[in-house]
Amino acid sequence: MTTTMQRPAALRKPPAPPKRRKRWMPWLYLAPALGLLITFTYVPVGNMVYYSFTSWDGLDATMDPVGLDNYVRVFTDERYWRVFLVSGYYFVASFAQIAIALYFAVILSFHTRFRNLFKGILFFPYLLNGVAVGFVFLYLFQPGGTLDTVLGWAGLGEHTRYWLGDPDIANISLAGTSVWRFTGLSFVLFLGAIQSIPSEIYEAAEIDGAGDWHKFRHIIVPGIRRIISLSFILAISGSLSVFDIPFIMTGGANGTRTFVVQAYETAFQFRQIGLASAMAVVLLLVVLFVTWIQRRIVPDEEVTLS
Amino acid sequence: MKSSVMKNPIKYASLILASIVVLLPLTVVLFAAFKTHAEYNSTGPLTPPRNWFNADNFATAWTEGRMLLGFWNTTVILAISLTGTILVGTLAAYAVSRFEFPLKRLVLGLFLVAALVPGVTTQVATYQIVKSMGLVNTPGSAIVLFLGTDIISIYIFIQFMQSIPPSLDQAAMIDGATRFTVYRRIILPLMKPAIATVAIIKGIAIYNEFYIPFLYLRSPDLSVISTALFRFKGPYGAQWETIAACTMIVILPTIVFFLLLQRFIYNGITAGATK
Repeated sequence: MTTTMQRPAALRKPPAPPKRRKRWMPWLYLAPALGLLITFTYVPVGNMVYYSFTSWDGLDATMDPVGLDNYVRVFTDERYWRVFLVSGYYFVASFAQIAIALYFAVILSFHTRFRNLFKGILFFPYLLNGVAVGFVFLYLFQPGGTLDTVLGWAGLGEHTRYWLGDPDIANISLAGTSVWRFTGLSFVLFLGAIQSIPSEIYEAAEIDGAGDWHKFRHIIVPGIRRIISLSFILAISGSLSVFDIPFIMTGGANGTRTFVVQAYETAFQFRQIGLASAMAVVLLLVVLFVTWIQRRIVPDEEVTLS
Repeated sequence: MKSSVMKNPIKYASLILASIVVLLPLTVVLFAAFKTHAEYNSTGPLTPPRNWFNADNFATAWTEGRMLLGFWNTTVILAISLTGTILVGTLAAYAVSRFEFPLKRLVLGLFLVAALVPGVTTQVATYQIVKSMGLVNTPGSAIVLFLGTDIISIYIFIQFMQSIPPSLDQAAMIDGATRFTVYRRIILPLMKPAIATVAIIKGIAIYNEFYIPFLYLRSPDLSVISTALFRFKGPYGAQWETIAACTMIVILPTIVFFLLLQRFIYNGITAGATK
């Protein structure tokens, strides 16, 4: 803050030496970004922590402090902690997503016919609008819909069920939709990383008699370690903050309510801003904690920006 | 690679299977979009439409969904947010990579920590701030949020700017250019690849964003593509052929965009994620 204090002094002396001018110059360029950052990230985080200790409804002028009540509710009321179990489905699904993406990224990094066509097809779903994806899969999972018809053709007709109506399977259907939608993103990230491995390394390995598995295990995996660990961070924070797919497809019915869907309802439909803030604080802490652990396990040497 | 000859059938089978998994859900929606209501009710989802030129559903979807308005609102928000992101981001990156100043590490730290905070978590509190600014139910809400929550673009700009030799700036300043002239005449033109990357990543994200417009742009006159499509869920619940047509209308620009810019999109996404 010292620089802000010196700003008027610098302005008062027009023939200021260049060193003085430099002091406030960078802040001029930074001001819009910092202003937005503070207004829309740091102030909300601060307010949210404050709201979480009140029973505010978002309208009242006064906010009654309630201590830890909101947090106690988040952890004891089944409606609130259950949403973590739902995140589990998306988390497990993200492993499938990473595995599928890695498999296709590896095979499409080497000579394959119609390589660009396959790349395009696999990546394309990531670009689609979330609401459109929701509708496409609502249609797919309908009773008598696409999935049932395909199962019928394959002679698995007896396995059809209420894909979105049956609480036992609804989350799996939704997590499957999420895999369909986001595999393309992981795929492209892996593809980019694999292609940045110099080809001489593979040639050297081949001369030494390495097979495909050895090349995968000893060249590709270590070569793209950073991007694999990044995918895991994205998977964790992604599975905790799922909103579009369950909200559009089931509206959170049949046990598919995720953390963000629940927080949305609590805050904007039931006007329990205090309680919803406590949920958000818990979510934020979980995400930060997981990221911290991840950074400890796989230190990211390129974090420092300067 | 002799060893992979044996694996080829599996490789191609898996690629074809994956392609079917990706394309089939989209194809059946395309089929449904061309069917009449009676035809939709009497045929299975995998049956192609009888008449590929039946545009009735598209016409209904286009007018009932006020899709023109949706595209217009999306375009306005997209254009302003993108321009703003690029200006705010490049200015900040210029300050960080070309100036030495106290508290620089703190500022960098603030941007870094903010990148770890998922936007959805803070939305409850952010809503109150946007409300106090009087921006709820105006396009301004989406615009300030798309500008204000974007840390990734600033990273991309900082990373890229570090690859531009500072000697270029210094040469220009010796010739009498001011700092701002350097930014505008030297840095901005050299930043084009990074600007394209940010425009692509951010453009995709804004076009597809649902939560922010759904929360802040409640009025039907402010519908963007996502919310216009979502509105079909209620009243058209039983008319899948109309919903299918509207879904196709929303997807079509993405297909065109992708086919035209394929290579840049791949590179942009990769550059964006690895920073």
